[in-house]
Amino acid sequence: MSLVGAFVASHAPGITGRPTLPPAAESEAVYRAYRDLRARLEATRPDVLVVVSPEHWANFFLDHMPSFCIGVADEFWGPTDEEFVKIPRRRVAGDARLARALAEGVAEEVDLSSSEELQFDHGVMVPLHLLGTELPVVPIIVNCLAGMPAPLHRCHALGVAIRRTVDRWPERVAILGTGGLSHWPAMAESGRIGHDFDRRFLDAFLGGRMDALIRASLAVRASPALGAVRRRSTRAKPRFLERNPARRFPAGPPRP
Amino acid sequence: MSVSLYQVQKVLFVVNRDPQARGRFLDDRERLLADYELTAEERRALLEVDYHALYRMGVHSLLLGPLAATLGVSFPDYLAAIRGTKT
Repeated sequence: MSLVGAFVASHAPGITGRPTLPPAAESEAVYRAYRDLRARLEATRPDVLVVVSPEHWANFFLDHMPSFCIGVADEFWGPTDEEFVKIPRRRVAGDARLARALAEGVAEEVDLSSSEELQFDHGVMVPLHLLGTELPVVPIIVNCLAGMPAPLHRCHALGVAIRRTVDRWPERVAILGTGGLSHWPAMAESGRIGHDFDRRFLDAFLGGRMDALIRASLAVRASPALGAVRRRSTRAKPRFLERNPARRFPAGPPRP
Repeated sequence: MSVSLYQVQKVLFVVNRDPQARGRFLDDRERLLADYELTAEERRALLEVDYHALYRMGVHSLLLGPLAATLGVSFPDYLAAIRGTKT
């Protein structure tokens, strides 16, 4: 088969960890968008889900920090931050065969690190929980965090190479990128939204103008996880389901 | 990054991720910190969990915020502390 669907969604831990913080009408907009996403994902009838998510110190520290790391295992566990995200810790099935094929398939363009023991934090578990899926997951962790974060042109190259590899895979594969638009997690600026940046980013992303995004990222590092997902085709016009989850669920560790 | 800022962040990474280290941080912080190469000011900031000082010296917010949550500090109180709007 091939790539059957490509999606991106917020993984803000407050969506599950602090559900009553925003007014109900505002939080409902986010949950409604997630229900819409779930229906769209299920309609593609995937056999396996590739999840591209940033690192948040769940797996790596500054002693070893890969730009990209693929989880080559048949099972994972998460979330590591269950007391914050209020999602019960569980086993998540992996797909080591596809993961190895992906690592080899993209190797001409992008050299991935690999791990047999990745832990999932809210970056993977919040979307999986809200999408209600128990599909096997092939995780790809991107360093957007510290040290030398992966530059956007490399993220884009990875996305293109994933697409090419997945299209040769015999099963139905969907891709989910998780992250956020402008946000300052647990920083002094927490709660701020860069509206102009977000609008320009979304316009370029939804319009498939990756060159413009990559150029802009030289000045402002955008959210690289989003760059790893390429438009599926000109027929499947990307659609935006909920504009501002980060405003509705301010970023940062939920209150205990 | 200075060697010792790396060490400060390593303390917080280990405390956030390892329940045993978290226990030592809560019960016998001085002995835990003796395992790391820290300046006097870094040691003081960690001993007193001085969020403002740790944030100002460049500790990553996603190491500091989860520590505050672990220690039972509310998110608004944590933000006030790093912003220096609360003593």
